[in-house]
Amino acid sequence: MDRVLFGDNQFFGVNHMSEEKARAQAMRFQELPAIVEVLDAAYQEGIRTFMCTTHERVGELCDHFRAHRERYPDYVFYPCMPYAHKYANAVTEVGMLEALRKFLPDEGALGAMLKAGMAVASKDVRAILQLLVDAEMKMFHGLATPVIFVQNVVTDLLLGLGMKQALGYFAEHVRERYGAEPGFITMNLPRLLDVLDELGIDNPIVCANINKIGFRMCGGIEAYEKAIATRRFRPIAMSVLASGAIAPREALEYVCGQPEIQSIVFGASSRANIRHTKALIDELDAQRARPRRPQLAAA
Amino acid sequence: MIRIGLAGLGKMGLSHLAIFKTHPEVEVVAACDPSAYLTDALARFTGLKCYSDFERMLAQEALDAVVISTPSRLHAAMVEQALTRGLHVFCEKPFVLDVRDGERLVELADANERVTQVGYHLRFVGAFQEAARVFACGALGKLHHVRAEAYGPVVLRAKGATWRAAKSEGGGALYDYACHAIDLMNFLAGPPDSVGGAALESLFSRDVEDAVYCTLYYPGGATGQLSVNWSDESFRKMSTKISAWGANGRLVADRQECQLYLREAGMTQAGMRPGWSVRYTTELTDEVWYYLRGEEYSAQVNYFVRSIQQGRTNGTNSFRSALEADRVAALISAQRGAGPARDPRPSQAKSRWARIFS
Repeated sequence: MDRVLFGDNQFFGVNHMSEEKARAQAMRFQELPAIVEVLDAAYQEGIRTFMCTTHERVGELCDHFRAHRERYPDYVFYPCMPYAHKYANAVTEVGMLEALRKFLPDEGALGAMLKAGMAVASKDVRAILQLLVDAEMKMFHGLATPVIFVQNVVTDLLLGLGMKQALGYFAEHVRERYGAEPGFITMNLPRLLDVLDELGIDNPIVCANINKIGFRMCGGIEAYEKAIATRRFRPIAMSVLASGAIAPREALEYVCGQPEIQSIVFGASSRANIRHTKALIDELDAQRARPRRPQLAAA
Repeated sequence: MIRIGLAGLGKMGLSHLAIFKTHPEVEVVAACDPSAYLTDALARFTGLKCYSDFERMLAQEALDAVVISTPSRLHAAMVEQALTRGLHVFCEKPFVLDVRDGERLVELADANERVTQVGYHLRFVGAFQEAARVFACGALGKLHHVRAEAYGPVVLRAKGATWRAAKSEGGGALYDYACHAIDLMNFLAGPPDSVGGAALESLFSRDVEDAVYCTLYYPGGATGQLSVNWSDESFRKMSTKISAWGANGRLVADRQECQLYLREAGMTQAGMRPGWSVRYTTELTDEVWYYLRGEEYSAQVNYFVRSIQQGRTNGTNSFRSALEADRVAALISAQRGAGPARDPRPSQAKSRWARIFS
């Protein structure tokens, strides 16, 4: 995994600080070229991994990357699935069973069973999950997707319900079908790590909010710091700026001060912001690479 | 440990199940839902004891409380069954569709001294709590006007197979969507004593309204406006905003932030300054033990658990409080089709324009 990953919230009207700002961004990134321009800027700054939701517009972006492979020879996607609002809105509109059918292929015994309202056996849950993953992965056909994530709303729902095995099915399917590593996004890091241990998923890739003010770090900032320092997993830090509540240098000092954190994902809309953030991470990493002890003491 | 049973495993029911299951002081004993495909999967994968029948679950399990997340039409009867058996009740919004049912159930809960709560989760959103706090401390001065808006992409096509599209089931934007905004207005300004100029409009739905607009009149002379549309796909998800104008300033809050403008006169309250102050969700949100979709969902569950432990029967979102939202919805519903009051005289302005365009 690269040290710096590029996120996509800014492109799809997601902003945890201001709805006004989210709307302005949705307007700005309405046309695909505006998004490509920002991704190009990030690429030129050395950021070659795009960690993106399986939003339908990402499908259009994939078309662009497929059409211009020569421009991005080493470009990598980390799909994060599903785009939950798509499902949530469908459930509200047509009900849970109907929504499930809507996102599954028409043909096949499973669709027919669901249609008949029959009970679903364990093996079918696994098959349904695989079909849903495949449906989400279609848009990435022919592109490099070395890590495939399950979004926090699903990870955390399964975690809360205690449907741990479904996380295991996901991991297994992503490995077997796509030769990819499974990744897990969560707002409940310590709790999830216990479950991944239980499932025997060794050294998992887990993406969670990691920020200095402890925003959306359920279980508490101390538990997070302890888990990061002592447990065997590959942490990716997201929401490091806590939606802008922390100044960039201070925010990144906190994250870069924890050497076990493997990657940092951030989103930005301007070349200047991308360059600034990337340079800060590089600078702080370089500092850490020099004398270790005084750095840790200072942190 | 508080022993809980859940009825209804739709979107909210599943979300509640996950949250209650993770609560350290709760034991989820059983759940019930008519869809076998769901209960089967849950039973198999999580060992949850599942029923297809509510009454049987109540009869066979020793519960302290139930969580009811069924279609709105079913709330009243299920709440009554649960209260009659002496259980504490958490019920999804809206509380009931008939105010008389609600009054009876409030009395029943009072008589049995049971804890009751309705899922108006916006009262547990940090920014709205801050808005209510600012409002209650009097910084805005005498209330002049309050406005609540809620928009989102729920019904975007002229079909719809769920109960949400059927008026008799409690579907429609008024009871199923606007109730959040109404409750938020009640949270800040208290209940209005009358409503007027209600427009309930269908954009896509055949049987129910997709948009609700209405004026509310408050006892102190202030007015309010409600503007709700669940067929607005320019919003990614439900977006709720409340604004209030008082003699001393203005307040605007949504899920992310609480913006306050105070005139010089409003600054006497401790810690407040004139001009704009903005507080964001990052500073207004308390940590929860488990997060799913938003802190407020966990916070309301924890509040319910604490209420049971402390015997708090008149807390936030009690049946009594939620019934006030139902009353407003009923007032608005009663205006359905009433139409505008027309000036009986021939309009001067109209004839002038008519001349121009003829």
